[in-house]
Amino acid sequence: MSAATMIQTADDALLDVEHLTMRFGGLLAIDDLSFTARVHEITSIIGPNGAGKTTVFNCLTGFYKPTVGRLRLCHPDKGEYYLERMEGFRIAQVADVGRTFQNIRLFPKMTVLENLIIAQHNRLMKASVFALAGLLGLARYRVAEKAAVEKAKFWLDRVNLTARADWEAGNLPYGDQRRLEIARAMCIAPCLLCLDEPAAGLNPRESLELNELLLSIRDEQGIGILLIEHDMSVVMGISDHIVVLDHGRKISDGDPAFVRNDPTVIRAYLGEAEDGEGADA
Amino acid sequence: MSEMTTSHKAASASAVSVIARDTLLTAVVALVLAVPFIGLKSDSVGTALTLVTRWPLMLAMVGAVAAGRVLVSLWRLRSAAKAQRATAHTAAGDAKASLAAWGNSHMKAIGFAGFALAVVLPFLPFSNRYVVDIGTTFLIYVMLGWGLNIVVGLAGLLDLGYVAFYAVGAYTYALISTQAGWSFWVCLPLAGTFAAMFGLMLGFPVLRLRGDYLAIVTLGFGEIIRVILMNWVDFTKGPDGVSGIPRPSFFGAPFSRSAPEGVTTFSDLLGIEYSSMHRVVFLYFLILALAAITNLFTLRMRKLPTGRAWEALREDEIACRSLGINPTNVKLSAFALGAMFAGFAGAFFATRQGFVSPESFTFMESAIILAIVVLGGMGSQLGVVLAAFALVVLPEWFREFEQYRMFLFGAAMVAIMVVKPTGVMGHREPTIRLHPVGKSKKPEAAR
Repeated sequence: MSAATMIQTADDALLDVEHLTMRFGGLLAIDDLSFTARVHEITSIIGPNGAGKTTVFNCLTGFYKPTVGRLRLCHPDKGEYYLERMEGFRIAQVADVGRTFQNIRLFPKMTVLENLIIAQHNRLMKASVFALAGLLGLARYRVAEKAAVEKAKFWLDRVNLTARADWEAGNLPYGDQRRLEIARAMCIAPCLLCLDEPAAGLNPRESLELNELLLSIRDEQGIGILLIEHDMSVVMGISDHIVVLDHGRKISDGDPAFVRNDPTVIRAYLGEAEDGEGADA
Repeated sequence: MSEMTTSHKAASASAVSVIARDTLLTAVVALVLAVPFIGLKSDSVGTALTLVTRWPLMLAMVGAVAAGRVLVSLWRLRSAAKAQRATAHTAAGDAKASLAAWGNSHMKAIGFAGFALAVVLPFLPFSNRYVVDIGTTFLIYVMLGWGLNIVVGLAGLLDLGYVAFYAVGAYTYALISTQAGWSFWVCLPLAGTFAAMFGLMLGFPVLRLRGDYLAIVTLGFGEIIRVILMNWVDFTKGPDGVSGIPRPSFFGAPFSRSAPEGVTTFSDLLGIEYSSMHRVVFLYFLILALAAITNLFTLRMRKLPTGRAWEALREDEIACRSLGINPTNVKLSAFALGAMFAGFAGAFFATRQGFVSPESFTFMESAIILAIVVLGGMGSQLGVVLAAFALVVLPEWFREFEQYRMFLFGAAMVAIMVVKPTGVMGHREPTIRLHPVGKSKKPEAAR
């Protein structure tokens, strides 16, 4: 973490959100939001309910078209992308932005392993030459599939689901489903991973494991993580950088220690923030 | 002790009253239905039409229904008590699960056995023209069911107008062969291609629709095609249909008693005596081959990225987009490939009948094909075969029951849905496994 914070230069910006505004009819869900997320960092977006956190994610991953604003992604290997101009699925396919959902969205009737292999669809599709090489059973496709399975195995191992690889995803316990969704998002080899409340519904032991998983993803995969979370033990424990939203506006932006003591944040959260702090301390 | 008996008595008393109420209700409903259906019967005496009453028969029927209801209630009561008595995780559940597991692990063997049976069917001692003809019809529906299974079972796109693609395939062959004189083997791929193009044509406008809305639009599409065939008289010959469609040849050798100069007939080619059965059997093997290709294609496709994406799309379209899967391509490929197989089947239908008219492509056909897929268990290839057997072959056997035929047809459908709501073969087999089947028997132990 200290190494990551030390190399905070302008060059390692991964995602630049500039003047993002999202309006639904008369409702201003996000109002002129700007922040930067960096590689090797966990950036958390927090705020009271209805602050517009998930709307930010939906703009980033193409489910909404922002009313105003620029979302610049500097892919470490591929160059710059302007996400607000890209079609939804291309953001994951080309710009390598992975995400999970607040209400888990797995493929419930398919097995755990299949969920992870579908995440590698585009690479396998290329290898199968629009299913032709696959239909003919060419070696080219078989090799690619084997590689996909190996990658899936790696992530199954990381989230402790190897023993349940052949279970239907919908039959997994809740905590396993959360971890599987993160593993699935990692299988698209993202440069930016957006996690929407990954600790929701987890017990304390599970959320501790989640912390370790996220830290290891950040350190080993060298990607940026964008995190929406209500669980302050997760947010304060692993964030390198926190952005606080309230009613669509950014009210604070800085490292955990700064945000924790920011009077505007405490005011926005009222009793809630103080409770969270008390539990933390 | 006495407390227990009183509570037991109270329970049985309430059970009796529940049964009495259910039985009474059933009897009333049966009576209301039976008066017009059984109680009154129109009979023609000479030229006059008279009304005959059959009250005793009607009462007997209502009585039978009421008695049946009592039996059902008692059976339910007994099985509920049994379930209560048995400890958690009943043995019955285990037996059921192991039966399903047996079915799945022997899926390949069952499939091969069925195919082998289909191959030898025309040569079995009891086989006659009638059996082979029914077999051919059965296989057409199996092939259509397998084709629709791609769209409905795998991709989860509810299509009520599937028969339109069948019609496109049939008319493609009918018109090209009668107008331009091209042979069946040239027209077969053309029919598939045209049908696939119509699949794309339907696919584009309905990309954003799902479920009920998609069903309505596809239903409309099916009707549009039929109405065009009916009314574009110059091109399609309208309601009269296209007749004189050439029959297929055995790679150039026609199935006829005699052939024009320079052409060898099939019987001469093999040096056997001419029989009208040759063509019937040849058509049977042709559709068997086409259906087998459809099946192999789908089975292979399921294990490829395209097929997995179809299933993922059925499960959750939003999650698909978040993984970089282009939903447009996935949907269009499902529509086009599903339609292509309907096109092949259509061309076969045209050459088999020698005549096509819009009457063969009504909504009823779409409904039957969809029923085959749903009753079979969405996405299950073997299920389609079983359901096609139930919906196509059984009604043929039931011909002796005459007016009760459609009743039995409906009853079979209801029975399947009551007993197995997910279809005959509702279980989904994973396309890939990390652990071989034998080892993953007890997944709980791995924890």
